[in-house]
Amino acid sequence: MGKTLFQKVWDRHAVGILPDGSTQLFVGTHLIHEVTSPQAFGMLRDLGLKVAFPSRTFATVDHIVPTDQRTEPFRDSLADAMIKELRKNCSDFGVTFFDIPSGKQGIVHIVGPEQGITQPGTTIACGDSHTSTHGAFGAVAFGIGTSQVRDVLATQTMALSPLKVRKIEVRGKLGPGVYAKDIILHIIRTLGVNGGTGYAYEYCGPTIEGLSLEERMTICNMSIEGGARAGYVNPDEKTFEYLKGRPYSPKGKEWDVAVAEWKKVVSDADAIYDDVKIFEASEIRPTVTWGINPGQGIFIDEAIPSPEQLPEADRASAKEALEFMKFKAGEKLAGQKIQVAFFGSCTNARISDFLEASKFLKGRKVAPGIRAIAVPGSQGVSKICAEMGIDKIFREAGFDWREAGCSMCLGMNPDQLVGDEICASSSNRNFKGRQGSPTGRTLLMSPVMVVAAAVTGKVSDARLVFAKS
Amino acid sequence: MSLSPIAQVTGRGVVVAGDDIDTDRIIPARYMRCITFDGLGEYLFRDVRQTPEGKSTNHPIDDPKYKGATILISGMNFGCGSSREHAPQAIARAGFKAVIAGGFAEIFFGNSTTLGLPCATATRKDLTALMSLIQKDPTTLVTIDVEKLHVTAGPLSFPVSLKTSAQQGLLSGRYDAIADLLANLPKVKELAGRIPSATAS
Repeated sequence: MGKTLFQKVWDRHAVGILPDGSTQLFVGTHLIHEVTSPQAFGMLRDLGLKVAFPSRTFATVDHIVPTDQRTEPFRDSLADAMIKELRKNCSDFGVTFFDIPSGKQGIVHIVGPEQGITQPGTTIACGDSHTSTHGAFGAVAFGIGTSQVRDVLATQTMALSPLKVRKIEVRGKLGPGVYAKDIILHIIRTLGVNGGTGYAYEYCGPTIEGLSLEERMTICNMSIEGGARAGYVNPDEKTFEYLKGRPYSPKGKEWDVAVAEWKKVVSDADAIYDDVKIFEASEIRPTVTWGINPGQGIFIDEAIPSPEQLPEADRASAKEALEFMKFKAGEKLAGQKIQVAFFGSCTNARISDFLEASKFLKGRKVAPGIRAIAVPGSQGVSKICAEMGIDKIFREAGFDWREAGCSMCLGMNPDQLVGDEICASSSNRNFKGRQGSPTGRTLLMSPVMVVAAAVTGKVSDARLVFAKS
Repeated sequence: MSLSPIAQVTGRGVVVAGDDIDTDRIIPARYMRCITFDGLGEYLFRDVRQTPEGKSTNHPIDDPKYKGATILISGMNFGCGSSREHAPQAIARAGFKAVIAGGFAEIFFGNSTTLGLPCATATRKDLTALMSLIQKDPTTLVTIDVEKLHVTAGPLSFPVSLKTSAQQGLLSGRYDAIADLLANLPKVKELAGRIPSATAS
């Protein structure tokens, strides 16, 4: 009987069974950032413990960094204290820190793959729910809490129970103007925001295989939005090609050994899955959220559903969403005025996102009165965008081109919505208050749809706006 | 680390109604600009307890009739979204000892268990009955029996579920795994030798 990638990786990293029945799982690579790690280092100090394997932990700073000011002290003294604390912790415990002056700083889930740290067949943990992103490489990657960050620092292991595996097969060809973001928003809308509880999602099928690694990252990134703690794609030639030559990828003979190992972790053809779901790519259209969770989405040409049309379990949440968003059932989102366009986040701030959107943005202008900001996911992305002239296209269009960080995805830094502004956002969460204003309203969509909204000043079908491009 | 077993939690309840209450709602990111968990209890549900102008919205957490409640009662998929442990830390530091909901997001559930904050799942029907009972009579004492996986509250008595490992951990005082993990360090070191690590060359 065959095994899935998840089972193979799990078995290989299992240290043993703990007294409570959970598994002690070895973490091949640990990533940390400034928000969820300081308390973990504090606990280590309280317990008199060291970092067990410092070379397996990598740090960067992303959530709190201002994107318009790179000199310290930061204007926000709390943010300033956090970056300094991380710097001290990394120095005290011997952890590699991709600090701002390194040129390698960025959102932790963009930096890991970019540096070649994220590798197939490994277990990865990070105190951040979007750690599922790394699954795009065939890694099994878990978002964890701060006490678990402490556990991983102290022992390179954590207590976890195995997940079931749901195979999510996507077949067929995507229509023009339909992107990875639309696929995952559609999957979440269909399976529900808690449909994945207890599961790891294995994304497969011809459509997924046809996606680039960066697109696969967008899909795996939002697994957690569907309740799945991990999501992955089996590694293939594209995966190896992406990793080859990156700073932390194996080199020389070690490369060949690694690739041979990586090929072995792919799910067996006769693997047994706990569940299987099939999606047709041709049925997916550009998707935008209308509500307060990522499952409350519709195709751009659909109307906002009335709560009565939805399954009973979703009605209360839909009512609450309509009230908060100040939308009416039956309305279309297309034509809805926006005030802010946010292009960034670990979901969609990689080179290919900026490149694709720049093709449509070139020669156009952000509509008057719209605050549009573009935030590259890492200093590496920023550098390549500059080399390719992509930053210039965004600037000339009227986007504020910023430095790397999480920015307005969660509004921990000064990039926040004001009042009940509506934001067309390439990020991953539309929760109440997510973008820094308790009454701010977030519409999740693909990066190209964000650009279409920015240039028209309203939610628009990018396929129509850019029809002649 | 020796911890006291948690076999039973008894206290008054507070109902924070709604499904899919995410960890951004439980504690907005702006209040996580800190390097310790101290004082987080104050920011629990901050954005829904106060208007942007700082006026009270009479959220159940601030409603005098629920004062002293130690059991938080909510809807489906409680704690979804961000992995921030700040969320259960805020709940615990605001004085809560347990949560009863229609279901929990996985990372939140694990984080809460590690802190010794049991998260018991009830069916929609039982939850609705519990919510209306507590709303009617907030002085009702609610008891969660972790061993028998059962809740009693006034005339109500119903089963709840809890992941077996969490139940075992709570009952044996091993809900924080650090001691058990450390005990196996020699085995971990042996395994580490066989697991490649990313190194710069």
